[in-house]
Amino acid sequence: MLTTGHTGAMLTSIKLPIVIRAEINLVLVVVTALGLLSRLYGINFPKAVVFDEVYYGQFVSLYTKQVFFIDESGPPLGHMILAFGAYLGGFDGNFIWNRIGAEYSSNVPVWSLRLIPALAGSLCVPLCYLLVVELGYSHLTALGAALLFLMENSLIVQSRFMLLESVLIFFLLLAVVSYLRFHNAQSDSPVRLAWLVLTGVTCACAVGVKYMGLFTYFLLLGLAAVHTWQLIGDRALSNSVVLMQVVSRFLALVVLPLLLYLGFFYVHLTLLYRSGPHDQMMSSAFQASLEGGLARITQGQPLEVAYGSQVTLRSVSSKPMPCWLHSHKANYPIRYENGRGSSHQQQVTCYPFKDVNNWWIIKDPGRQDLVVSSPPRPVRHGDVVQLLHGMTSRLLNTHDVAAPMSPHAQEVSGYIDFNVSMPAQNLWKVDIANREAEQEVWKTILSEVRLIHINTSAVLKLSGSSLPEWGYRQLEVVGDKIYKGYQPSGVWNVEEHRYGTSQEQRERELELHSPTHIDINRNLTFIAKFLELQWKMLTVKHEDSEHKYSSSPLEWITMNTNIAYWLHPASNAQIHLIGNFVTWTLANLALAVYVLLFLSYLLRRRRKIEDIPEATWCQLLQAGVVCAGGWAVNYLPFFMMEKTLFLYHYLPALTFQILLIPVVLEHLHTHMLRCASLRRALHGVVLAGLSSVYLSFRTFSPLTYGQPELSAEQLASLRWRDSWDILFRRR
Amino acid sequence: MSRPRRRIQRMIDFVRLPREVTVCLCIISLCDLICFSWDETHFGKMGSYYINRTFFFDVHPPLGKMLIGLAGYMTGYDGTYPFLKPGDKYEHHNYWGMRGFCASLGSCLPPFAYLTVLELSQSLTAALITAAVLAFDTGCITISQYILLDPILMFFIMGAVLSMVKFNRQRYRPFSAPWWFWLVLTGVNLSGALGVKFVGLFVILLVGLNTARDLWSLLGDLHLSLMDFGKHLLSRVFGLILLPLFLYVTIFAVHFVVLNKSGPGDGFFSSAFQSRLIGNNLHNASMPEYLAYGSVITVKNLRIAGGYLHSHWHLYPEGVGAKQQQVTAYLHKDYNNMWLVHRPNDSDEPDLVRHGDIIRLEHKETTRNLHSHLHEAPLTKKHFQVTGYGINGTGDPNDLWQVEVCGGQKGNLVKVLRSKVRFLHRATGCVLYSSGKTLPKWGWEQVEVTCSPYLKETPNSQWNIEDHINTKLPNISLSVLKPHFLEILLESHIVMIRGNSGLKPKDNEMNSKPWHWPINYQGLRFSGVNETEYRVYLLGNPVIWWLNLVSLGLYVVMVAAASLHCRVLLEGGGLLLLGWLLHYVPFYTMGRILYYHHYFPAMLFSSMLTGKVINLHPKMNFEIGCSLFSSSVYICFSLCLSKPCSFYMFHPLSYGMRGPLAHDPDSTMAGLKWMDSWEF
Repeated sequence: MLTTGHTGAMLTSIKLPIVIRAEINLVLVVVTALGLLSRLYGINFPKAVVFDEVYYGQFVSLYTKQVFFIDESGPPLGHMILAFGAYLGGFDGNFIWNRIGAEYSSNVPVWSLRLIPALAGSLCVPLCYLLVVELGYSHLTALGAALLFLMENSLIVQSRFMLLESVLIFFLLLAVVSYLRFHNAQSDSPVRLAWLVLTGVTCACAVGVKYMGLFTYFLLLGLAAVHTWQLIGDRALSNSVVLMQVVSRFLALVVLPLLLYLGFFYVHLTLLYRSGPHDQMMSSAFQASLEGGLARITQGQPLEVAYGSQVTLRSVSSKPMPCWLHSHKANYPIRYENGRGSSHQQQVTCYPFKDVNNWWIIKDPGRQDLVVSSPPRPVRHGDVVQLLHGMTSRLLNTHDVAAPMSPHAQEVSGYIDFNVSMPAQNLWKVDIANREAEQEVWKTILSEVRLIHINTSAVLKLSGSSLPEWGYRQLEVVGDKIYKGYQPSGVWNVEEHRYGTSQEQRERELELHSPTHIDINRNLTFIAKFLELQWKMLTVKHEDSEHKYSSSPLEWITMNTNIAYWLHPASNAQIHLIGNFVTWTLANLALAVYVLLFLSYLLRRRRKIEDIPEATWCQLLQAGVVCAGGWAVNYLPFFMMEKTLFLYHYLPALTFQILLIPVVLEHLHTHMLRCASLRRALHGVVLAGLSSVYLSFRTFSPLTYGQPELSAEQLASLRWRDSWDILFRRR
Repeated sequence: MSRPRRRIQRMIDFVRLPREVTVCLCIISLCDLICFSWDETHFGKMGSYYINRTFFFDVHPPLGKMLIGLAGYMTGYDGTYPFLKPGDKYEHHNYWGMRGFCASLGSCLPPFAYLTVLELSQSLTAALITAAVLAFDTGCITISQYILLDPILMFFIMGAVLSMVKFNRQRYRPFSAPWWFWLVLTGVNLSGALGVKFVGLFVILLVGLNTARDLWSLLGDLHLSLMDFGKHLLSRVFGLILLPLFLYVTIFAVHFVVLNKSGPGDGFFSSAFQSRLIGNNLHNASMPEYLAYGSVITVKNLRIAGGYLHSHWHLYPEGVGAKQQQVTAYLHKDYNNMWLVHRPNDSDEPDLVRHGDIIRLEHKETTRNLHSHLHEAPLTKKHFQVTGYGINGTGDPNDLWQVEVCGGQKGNLVKVLRSKVRFLHRATGCVLYSSGKTLPKWGWEQVEVTCSPYLKETPNSQWNIEDHINTKLPNISLSVLKPHFLEILLESHIVMIRGNSGLKPKDNEMNSKPWHWPINYQGLRFSGVNETEYRVYLLGNPVIWWLNLVSLGLYVVMVAAASLHCRVLLEGGGLLLLGWLLHYVPFYTMGRILYYHHYFPAMLFSSMLTGKVINLHPKMNFEIGCSLFSSSVYICFSLCLSKPCSFYMFHPLSYGMRGPLAHDPDSTMAGLKWMDSWEF
């Protein structure tokens, strides 16, 4: 390429002629091509929503519209990758994702939506090849691994649609390969360091796509820790070299992934700046940072709450639902259904909708006026205030009367004097939970405030239960006497706020109905937003729903279950997540053989009987850690999970398990079978195995690709297990 | 250390040992004796059940309650005290035996810890520190004063650890009498620990790991022939697996033999199980053998601890499907579990019901029909709601159900008790299903019943006919049902595990989190809330607990530092650290409701580790410098002194207090509420 030097100095340093020597592993090229062919062939068929596309699709749509959402199933990188496909295809996000099997309209770029997962899935094939080579096995073995992976129906199905598992598996394999490259590289070349950095990056990506990536990440961390420990123990190295190595590994494998993970969220939050369907789950401050929605209302509110301020108070807890402190012109019934009595004063509730009855006025107990003086006198932490309900002018009150639904707590009411020697107890101390200074001013949106009753030291709290018919099924608010620590249900924040200007009740009512104004701008820092979003994602629980195709981890090993992904609306053409039965069986067998081999070697070595050379033992051990270990960490944790599980959760584990087949075979071939005839027999077995894998792949490929359509008899003959659910269309 | 010197050292230890133990014991029993004053209802009640021989159900294995019952029986308690609510007076009932039993087991803990640490570290100081830590801990005292399972559990755990450590010391004299003695004792203690609570599994794991390491080093010893190794292996298999298993099974055998009368726990178990219990209507039952039209039946779900199909006058509340009568699954026997079998067309000719027949089930008490329709079920939203509908047997086509015997063919008869039956809803094609989820308060916390559109064959959708009353048909004795002992054992375990995982925290309840425990964030209120009441509060002595926490961290740091140079410190301390981890970390993965007292077994291990660490501390520093040494000794002594002091300050927590709460300056606990989260 470079034919002429620019300067004399350069000329002397360059040796001519410049030659680029390229070695191309044709086998690798071929398997890559096959992988691309198998995964990309006809991916825009079917032109309909297939299985979980219905789930990911809605987020892709929201992404293209840059609308904020929460998806508790995983971090945002996965959605970003899918949305990138949508961006490439010019998708405008206008499609209603509501039903599996719904036909895509013409504006949905099916091909480009499915392209990225399919590409990731195809690139896994050469990665398998490289992984086995890096483990120190022969190229023939590696080819075997790639072929087995290539002909695995379940992995093909999962890569061909807008789903995330193939992307996850791609990152997992790449992380392992690059770590092994790093470990195997001899010199301290920058290339070696690059592999280390790549490991960190891919680990972060894997975790960023699905939390499941954490399992493999921890496995790699463990492996790296052991290797580093050996490095520390190496007396031949100088201290500074060891220190450099330890620090660089720590930076690349721990700090870098952490930063990248934060980075994904940064991009996520920067891209999604519009308010959307999940706003209500977030705090007021978070909502205010989104464009539209609450921000439109709160924009320009005064920051400091002052005496005379008109406010709405939102409960910080969003359980059972987000709501605002509310009162209305209705009293507690004199007697409840169970015969207990009440104070018969005005009800105070928490109401999950915006309403004019959510407005309260902060009143100074010492004064009568309800307007903000000029300059405004801000309310500070520790101040004692009264809260006046805007529409009914009742003061927020609590007393030693049992609350309607939670009898152990006090009733909270709007005080009415019935002349029954029940004095008003309406003084509340403002306790700012997240204060930084003792004299902190109560701030709109930002301050989380506890209201502590002066007479009884009860805390105003959302009890979580809802009132019956007489309370319009609104949420119960109580005074909790045994409140302790920080409970979100006892903390409130001011959401809408304005300075009251009218002293007269009628004017004030008009004022309450009018929207708020005045201008101040405020923003949450990225870290605060990240922490809140991450916390919500981890804690928001959707009801575990039973699914027709959900399964238990025990069923996965034997593939006792399948998932119907798509069925042609008119014919028997269908797509199923069914693996290659032969491969699954072989993989289980290989795992069993490996465990047996490992245990017998381990015990015999302990008795100083060395069947295999030390190097081979280390190689076998490393292969075991990566393949069997990869299988175990990606599979066993599911037994402890309580969420709804599906067969596709097993695919990362399966990937590692498949790699064990050629590894075990090569070991048997070189170290166990000494006799030539036995070796020949093994060759025969391997060939027979591969061809039966191919046959099984061919047999099930109509269910993998959805075409050609099969007759009912053919479908029935494919039902190898009674527990498989294959659909028949009655003619 | 040379051999003779070591021997002398050991002799000195042995001379000192009994004296120290008595000192500890005195302190402890003194503490325990002053404070008999409060009662604990739950396990005392179960002790009464043993004395009365009535069958009950509890989520823990039976040994602990059996021992409590036994202690009560030996001391003349007659099992008549009702144990209704905390705070009731015992009056004339003879309860001290049960309490004394728990307390005496609890007071064994410090001496056990003393001996364990002595064996592990060969240092008297360390052992004494450990014993003092446990002796002066208010939490340990509180928990062992009352009729609870925890002192018994901790006794067995500590017993197992002590005998394991003793067994390890016999390493150089294999197959001698003491070797066998400690091996067998370890096994016995393991079965005891598991027999009291499933937490015992963790100590089994600890002993198992220790044994595995032991065997591993024996395997590496090439002087030992494989034959000898085989002997070692087999003897451990016998002592640590077979023997405990045998004892554990024996405990259950005794449990089932003793409890032979029908009681409150019957409904949790299958029909076959119930037929064993005297007084149960299935005991020596005789009833018509095949299900017939016009019969009155109860229908039991086949999921273990599945409950009876039940209905009552209450309606589903507004917003939960149609506002019709509730249908639930109920675990207890009740008149509302009775259903009448009808033909769709009301003619009740006495004919037998066959596989594939269409029937109508009428609730006997309320005369409503079992009904389902296309409304979503209250909890399992993808299923349909099941209600009671119609009056006096007139309803609509949605009341029709098709009976299918699982694995049966058209025309097969439905055997009472033995046939597994499904009820398919005619109109929607769904199958009657018990989800196992508990309904909220409006459903009286009974179990949800739905109609599932997914026709998978699971025990949730299978039912059997339990009671069957039909005067027109001859009764046949059904003694064939008696289940095998192993079946009972398996079933009771599944019911226990189900029960355990079913203990989910309620919505408004403050749940104790595992991270609260080591930092002593929050205690557990045993009795009394208000100023006037007699209050006991379970809270560890904060000085001791925080010391434990510090020494845990210190130990890890020391190991890390030492492993870069030599590997001296790991011996012994590693075992204790492992014990602490095994008894603490698993709680993070548990979905069930957790309590503060779950930490106490782990706390025992961390206390022992404290003794070791404090003792190591001066040794380490000695090499560094004398001045540091003296200062650390000073720290050491001040710590030792602070324990009794802090114990004196916090003792009202365990021995009970009256009067104003701690925020009041007049209170005995004034100024001691160091954390806001403590509730005294």
